[in-house]
Amino acid sequence: MPYEYPKFKYRRSPDQDTADPVRHPVVITGAGPVGLALAIDLALKQVPVVLLEALDTISVGSRAICFAKRTLEVCERLGLGGRLLEKGVTWKKGKVFFGEDEVYEFDLLPEDGHQFPAFINLQQYYIELYAIERAQELQEFIDLRWCSELRGINYGENEVHLTVGTPDSIYQLDCDWLIAADGARSFCRKTLGLEFEGRTFDDQFLIADIKTKADMPPVRRFWFAPTFTDADSALLHMQPDDVWRLDFQIGPKADAVKEMQIEKVMSRVRGMLGDEIEPDLEWISVYRFQSRCIRNFRHGRVIFSGDAAHQVSPFGARGANSGIQDAENLAWKLQLVLKELAPESLLDSYNSERIYAAEENIRHSTQSTDFIAPKGTVSLAYRNAVLSLAKQYKFARPLINSGRLSTPTIHLESTLNTADIDSWLGKLSPGAPAADAPLQTPKGECWLLSQLKGDFTLLYFTDGSVPEDVEAELRRLSENAVLVKPLVIGLNSESQGVSLFDLQGLAALRYDARNGTTYLLRPDQHITARWKRFATDAVRKALKRVTCN
Amino acid sequence: MQLNLEPKIEDPDGFYNQLICLHDGLSEEESLELQSRMILLLANHIGDSEVLSEVMRIAREPFEK
Repeated sequence: MPYEYPKFKYRRSPDQDTADPVRHPVVITGAGPVGLALAIDLALKQVPVVLLEALDTISVGSRAICFAKRTLEVCERLGLGGRLLEKGVTWKKGKVFFGEDEVYEFDLLPEDGHQFPAFINLQQYYIELYAIERAQELQEFIDLRWCSELRGINYGENEVHLTVGTPDSIYQLDCDWLIAADGARSFCRKTLGLEFEGRTFDDQFLIADIKTKADMPPVRRFWFAPTFTDADSALLHMQPDDVWRLDFQIGPKADAVKEMQIEKVMSRVRGMLGDEIEPDLEWISVYRFQSRCIRNFRHGRVIFSGDAAHQVSPFGARGANSGIQDAENLAWKLQLVLKELAPESLLDSYNSERIYAAEENIRHSTQSTDFIAPKGTVSLAYRNAVLSLAKQYKFARPLINSGRLSTPTIHLESTLNTADIDSWLGKLSPGAPAADAPLQTPKGECWLLSQLKGDFTLLYFTDGSVPEDVEAELRRLSENAVLVKPLVIGLNSESQGVSLFDLQGLAALRYDARNGTTYLLRPDQHITARWKRFATDAVRKALKRVTCN
Repeated sequence: MQLNLEPKIEDPDGFYNQLICLHDGLSEEESLELQSRMILLLANHIGDSEVLSEVMRIAREPFEK
């Protein structure tokens, strides 16, 4: 039985019956994963949001299915992480085939001591459904309007005027900020006349999501030049509820209508999985893709996020995952600007940081596409040379690119960062997301990232007791207009006046921490500054810098 | 590391002959894949990205205007 989509009821908003348009601080258009994540993040910061959705249901078809560790960490902060992890299929192994030959097997080798795995697979409709339920819990701040289609945008210097169409009326709405999270075919982007820059690809791909009880391990399998079907590549990936994602590269000239006929799809499915298989077809789709983005994500008071701003090929799962990183990047900046604790120029850092991220994702996904669907005889010869060498000679394996899986963007060049003055060991740097680690409390274990709840945080490591001057500054910062929460971690069990301990030493290792090491973390859990020794002036300066003050 | 452009191949005639004979009996498509395999093997042996970039630059020289 295919998934049954819930229907959400259209409700008339009081805004439809006012003489003058009602003004809201933030309107988000598009209740997909990105719009919902942003709405929830803002609601947790007590910023009221109107979320407009043209339809009355969630994503039809599984669409995005691969959610990366960073996305799970963001969702955990939003109150969704546990549900996603519980429902999703955790996987880490992948096999790559060339024709009939297995070329090699990879293991994403997740390091121990993190709350979340490298990846889970989960249908997009589940992430949306859970996010909608979370938004309903936060309805004091989130006004989610179904069947409410944005039909007009008129923006001035200080506000945006919107026209919204509903089943029973068309009404006007004003807002300080309009966030476009309305997907690849963004109405906002078209209305503002913004052009995409980048590449489009001719190749077509057929997705067949099937439901079967067949007993197969949760291993990602990718075939280059498969022999069991006339496709140039094929992918098999597990989802929850006995659903499997099959993806076939059917070429630029394939007839999409014929390809979607059930018998044709079934012959491909049976080619891959055997003649005896009797699956239900959950979702069939033929798609082409683009790797491209708009030049600016901020246009005055209209801000673009997710697929509305940038699109990538699906290889590497960089679409939804990067969109959710857009949302976490934007939420705290918008909050500070709305509270007048930061100038509007802070939002320009959203633009520069997330364009940098989009370019990185586009580069990776384009390179994957060039390997998976080589253009021209030379590209094909190199691709086949890599694959034919890789089985026997491991030097060639790193060159195989069946999708470089999404990792969080490190905003190395962000102007919000304070450059290191000390020298550091390890993988962290200003601009990187904070690393997770298990910590001990008197009540039991907890995770470091779970302590970072959406405010600025001053992370301080101590091996004894916290010096008085540090304690006084931590107290002052926690009462600051731009709130900075203290998080003190004891490096050993003798640390005094501390309730969190790094008894396994993993936090110390990952943060290259010793007594007095201090990190300033942004509300989106990214590192913005760090010092081997605490210094009040340096912390204050870094806080000013990261808020553009 | 710097790309070595001094003569270094031990038996130039023998090597050249070997290189040509390597393609005997292959179609153009197969030859192209063979050359690709050779380049990948050599490139990995060199490893150094500066040297590899220099190789690519010189290889393309005649086609740059």
